[in-house]
Amino acid sequence: MVPAGLLLVTFLFGLFHFIPGDPALLLAGDNASAEVVEGIRRAYGFDQPLPVQYWTYMKKVLQGDLGVSNFSREPVTALILPRIFNTAQLAFWSMGFAMVVSLILGCCSAMFWNTWIDKLITGIALLGICTPVFVSGLFGIFLFSVKLGLLPTGGLDSWRSFVLPVVTLGAFQAAVLTRMVRASMVEALGQDYIETARAKGLAETAVVFKHALRNAMLPIVTLFGLGFGATLGGSVVTETIFTWPGLGRTMVESILSRDLPVTQGALLLFAFMFIGINLVVDLLYAAIDPRIRFDAP
Amino acid sequence: MSVAHSDEPLIEVEDLRTYFHSEAGIAKAVDGISFAVRRKKTLGVVGESGCGKSVTARSIMRLIRPPGKIESGSIRYRRGEETLELAGLDPKGRTLREIRGAEIAMIFQEPMTSLNPVFTIGEQITEVIRLHLGAGRGEARRRAIDMLNAVAIPSPHQRIDDYPHQLSGGMRQRAMIAMALSCHPSLLIADEPTTALDVTIQAQVIRLMRDLQREFEAAIIFITHDLGVVAGIADEVMVMYLGEIVERAPVRDLFRDPKHPYTQGLMTSIPSLNGARKQRLPVIEGNVPSPFDLPRGCRFHPRCAHASELCRERAPLLLEAAPEHHVACHLQDPELA
Repeated sequence: MVPAGLLLVTFLFGLFHFIPGDPALLLAGDNASAEVVEGIRRAYGFDQPLPVQYWTYMKKVLQGDLGVSNFSREPVTALILPRIFNTAQLAFWSMGFAMVVSLILGCCSAMFWNTWIDKLITGIALLGICTPVFVSGLFGIFLFSVKLGLLPTGGLDSWRSFVLPVVTLGAFQAAVLTRMVRASMVEALGQDYIETARAKGLAETAVVFKHALRNAMLPIVTLFGLGFGATLGGSVVTETIFTWPGLGRTMVESILSRDLPVTQGALLLFAFMFIGINLVVDLLYAAIDPRIRFDAP
Repeated sequence: MSVAHSDEPLIEVEDLRTYFHSEAGIAKAVDGISFAVRRKKTLGVVGESGCGKSVTARSIMRLIRPPGKIESGSIRYRRGEETLELAGLDPKGRTLREIRGAEIAMIFQEPMTSLNPVFTIGEQITEVIRLHLGAGRGEARRRAIDMLNAVAIPSPHQRIDDYPHQLSGGMRQRAMIAMALSCHPSLLIADEPTTALDVTIQAQVIRLMRDLQREFEAAIIFITHDLGVVAGIADEVMVMYLGEIVERAPVRDLFRDPKHPYTQGLMTSIPSLNGARKQRLPVIEGNVPSPFDLPRGCRFHPRCAHASELCRERAPLLLEAAPEHHVACHLQDPELA
């Protein structure tokens, strides 16, 4: 995790140095004199050789200093920290919703494999996968907010603000996960140890939810982690649709206004959240499957 | 009372037919077989892959899942004073679930895949003990350790917390046996329990099963394709071919005087220690026909050296050719021969 983090910071540093445009010129504005631009360049250290700049940047990042916003002059950390919380909350509830729905539907599908129940669930899941969030989101806003007036169109005021974004985001992930849960459960239910479990006299619910599900969880957790990451990444779109005060929207706004320190900080945090999720997924693997736990060197 | 009991069959299968329905047609995996097993006795079931041995076992356990179905026949199970018709019970119902694992237990062929990889063997054994005997956690664990001890697993106190992948094949099969016997079942169905093990371990496991049978007074249905194994454990043997019983006899009679050409073929294809070295082993010509397209008449006739016109036309019945020795072959029918 630590090497991945260092690599990431380096990559971001490089990325922002190779994008075209002079940062000092950008900060100074179009009408600034040459002396002012030069002053800014020196003040921000843009005149230093690249390795020195890299070292300074790295030191600051490690100390939790992500720089200052070009416009509001606020520290980037203070600007984005509350936003992360909103984004994480949205991702958490959406993925929770997706997990519950997909486990129920996927297990049902596998238990009634090849019957009309299975076909109905698979059909709905396919429809869900084919519908992008910006379509279902806008449709949801149109129906529940504009026509019926039941839910707010956007913003974050109360629990009611959560309903539309959580369901839209969650439904998409649920659709993806349901298919995986189904496939994984169908495979697990075909294993020899399932027959052993039935031969022991266990009830079918115990066979399915204890013996099969635990074995089916590995691929499900993998996809769940990917889904969580995708939900974070997708927050750029979702938060724009639902005017959600999160990290995704902050990033879009900072890009549009060329507020580079904020963009850089936001990207860095997104990336670290991805790494964090991957770590959690790896830990979950070990918790689920003893073969992974014991084979580790 | 117990004297009268031991004479009555524990399980009596009559004209059992289990078919599998698919788009290719109906596969008659088990097609009208009858047999009985008494307490403390072992019935060996022998035959090639696809002869219906395993389907027979799973039919008794009522573990046949769609597209398979028990078409007809009865499976009478003697439970104390009453006789239960297993074939008529709901396979997911309470009565069968109470019987499975507690009164009729099963050991499977592949110890590698028949134990759940994500639970310790202790968890898997205590699960069945707690389910059927209503034992608490500690009591179930003590009992599981006793069972592991009974199947001769060294240091059971430690092994009980091992996962299946930490044990060798032989140890896993012992754990399976411990699990199957943990509720002292009256009938144990062993579906090729030694096939996946190497020969020395095979012998140990068979000796173990015989000892435990004596201790727990269980009846065993022992399924195998290995005649050598059957000679070592069975009291009575039934030979199956394409869903039917071709021969059924006490183990000595069968080995001394195999009457069905198929059984004779199986016997001669066992390598002998004092046979000539360069001599090729005799084989039964041809392959097992598809269960979707069974031969007319005697099902063995396309592969039988003695097949006559009659064999192609009419299926032989399973008749008593000698005392307790049943065979389904026209050659053995005194009225026709």
